Amino acid sequence: MMADQSKTMNMIEAINSAMDIMLERDPATVVMGEDVGFFGGVFRATAGLQKKHGKTRVFDTPINECGIIGVAVGMGAYGLRPVPEIQFADYIYPGLDQLVSEAARLRYRSANDFICPMTVRTPFGGGIFGGQTHSQSPESIMTHICGVKTVIPSNPYDAKGLLIAAIEDNDPVVFLEPKRIYNGPFSGYYDRPVEPWSKHDASAVPEGYYRIDLGKAATVREGEAVTVLAYGTMVHVAKTIIEEMGVDAEILDLRTLLPLDIEAIEASVRKTGRCLIIHEATRTSGFGAELAALVQERCFYHLEAPVERVTGFDTPYPHSLEWAYFPGPVRIATALTKILKD
Amino acid sequence: MPESPKADPGRSASNLPPLSLHIPEPRYRPGDTPDFGDIAIPAVDATPRPGEATKPDAMRELCYGLVRVLDFDGAAKGPWDPKLSPDRLRTMLRTMMLVRAFDDRMFRAQRQGKTSFYMKCTGEEATSVASTMAIDRTDMVFPSYRQQGVLITRDYPLIQMMNQIYSNRGDHLLGRQLPIMYSAPEHGFFSVSGNLATQYPQAVGWAMASASKGDNRIATTWCGEGSSAEGDFHSALTFATVYNAPVIFNVVNNQWAISSFSGFAGGERTTFAARAVGYGIAGLRVDGNDPLAVYAATQWAADRARTNNGPTLIEHFTYRAEGHSTSDDPSAYRAAQEASAWPFGDPIARLAQHLELLGEWDAERHAAQAKELDELVKTTQKQAEKLGILGHGMHQPFETMFQDVFEEMPWHLKEQCAQMLAEQEAKFGPNWKPE
Repeated sequence: MMADQSKTMNMIEAINSAMDIMLERDPATVVMGEDVGFFGGVFRATAGLQKKHGKTRVFDTPINECGIIGVAVGMGAYGLRPVPEIQFADYIYPGLDQLVSEAARLRYRSANDFICPMTVRTPFGGGIFGGQTHSQSPESIMTHICGVKTVIPSNPYDAKGLLIAAIEDNDPVVFLEPKRIYNGPFSGYYDRPVEPWSKHDASAVPEGYYRIDLGKAATVREGEAVTVLAYGTMVHVAKTIIEEMGVDAEILDLRTLLPLDIEAIEASVRKTGRCLIIHEATRTSGFGAELAALVQERCFYHLEAPVERVTGFDTPYPHSLEWAYFPGPVRIATALTKILKD
Repeated sequence: MPESPKADPGRSASNLPPLSLHIPEPRYRPGDTPDFGDIAIPAVDATPRPGEATKPDAMRELCYGLVRVLDFDGAAKGPWDPKLSPDRLRTMLRTMMLVRAFDDRMFRAQRQGKTSFYMKCTGEEATSVASTMAIDRTDMVFPSYRQQGVLITRDYPLIQMMNQIYSNRGDHLLGRQLPIMYSAPEHGFFSVSGNLATQYPQAVGWAMASASKGDNRIATTWCGEGSSAEGDFHSALTFATVYNAPVIFNVVNNQWAISSFSGFAGGERTTFAARAVGYGIAGLRVDGNDPLAVYAATQWAADRARTNNGPTLIEHFTYRAEGHSTSDDPSAYRAAQEASAWPFGDPIARLAQHLELLGEWDAERHAAQAKELDELVKTTQKQAEKLGILGHGMHQPFETMFQDVFEEMPWHLKEQCAQMLAEQEAKFGPNWKPE
């Protein structure tokens, strides 16, 4: 569903537009979180929404993630469609019990008596000198919970369409926003000037309503030599390195980690016979482990090389050594060289 | 290990006695003879009844007092007397007796191996029955696990409760939940979690939604004094005071959280009603074994919430007369005579005594009603058991295990479901059907 004319938006503006449209279309939608009301959010994602839609639709909350998610569960039971913001994904842990034991289990445990149509938006990932408490990537914790969907957009167009689909979804969705690329795609070279979204095709965002169904990956680049599975910031980093190396790689932007687009992954890996998985999160029990297992189970006889993972290290996210931690150009290039040689 | 810092010269603490860590200890353990003579019991008419719109800081003393209506001779006295008609009182009595008959029967069913688990609310019947009678049926209850009295007061079919307890083919929760974790939206009863106090912020969210929609329904929620220590409790009170949410917080202080006495939730230092003080919300401490006091306090809080005067925390001061659950043996950690020594008596006996004093009840009618309710429960139980009991056959189609994780089943659950159905066929053959 495409809608009317497009406007150049960065990811923040696209996310803001998605909430604006849903607040307009559905009187059950409410947006809440720390600093999201009058101020419009520390990343400005909710700027102007309170003024436009009123204080009972868009409001500030106490600094209490357990309360934010717990209250949202109750609102959902009443019939609202809450869109709570957790200011940084690193702060979601105090609300995890409400997410895991309540939001994710409500439909199941009550056999459909009650549902939880909540979308938790939260910025995640590093690359902004956020230190260990403003940089984490907890997506594999979310996918390990049965009963929540996990969505990660990588550009403004997808962010808006996916967020609208998430808000309209009748199950809880964790919508992880890669904050490094809020204002522009990231090449992986931290010492190069930041490129704004306006130079990227995906910054042309329809002003009206449209949705991108959850559970569908996007092919960012077609290729024959190797399949690269990535999401969020790492889609752009991967693309830069692949183009620099002149590798004929196929890049899949997963967009939704759960439910996963397994068909797209299988089709691509069967075609290329090689699979490189890239994520910023820590390595052990990361989502890459799940992807590697799935590829091995389903594409083993098509594989010409071991599945490789490029990830963050199993340490807390360091502050000053951020760029030594980040799975950047060198790590990706090394892995690509290896997987193509094997 | 880094070295400890050196004390400031001239500020040596060496002349002080060493610090000591306080570990709370209940006064009575098995073998002791309990004496509750030192529990302060204010006179029945000593606690004032402020107007429902009173500012919380003008009524703090109610957090430390005790709302009472019935004296120990069965007379209703004082400003909190809700002056219910004899018919209402008899309904209240009958409902509490039905809860007790149901509990006794289901406890026995567990002991007979018909289900895995049960929890009685013996001695605490007034806290759920009388308070539910004081709110509207359209008000939403976010219960903990010992509020079967709410469902029974709202005429939820007993057989549905039993079907859930047996996880049988009549269980509308499809055998997914531990016994007593009911869910009954048409009866304003939220799905019971099992994780403690998680329902507290949820009730606040529901109440906030009701207020933001200009509705006139309120929410009530429940936890024990033990789980008032959970972070969720404090999250809920924070949100409730911030948004002035129309919600009633019930803390059933039954003195024991499994084997931990109320001291492990802070009960040695202050009352649980006094938690309200710090949050700037209204707090009431009530004799939880006095059904009329429970009714009056709840009615006060409901009126307050419904008129945009905000939340109330009610501490129901009571005693858990039985074990925590069928998995518990209280004789291992508390004195056997505590329940009988409890100075506030039994809520059913006290209401019956009150009705007798009014000339509206007598021992004969009481005995006849007890028998009638026992028969009702027994008959219903037989019907429920025709639909199966736990552990004797499998009552649900296997694929129900995978339904309702999401609204639509994603591919990975479809694959896992197919695997399980293949396992089912390998084990039971192609013609297996739920029993």
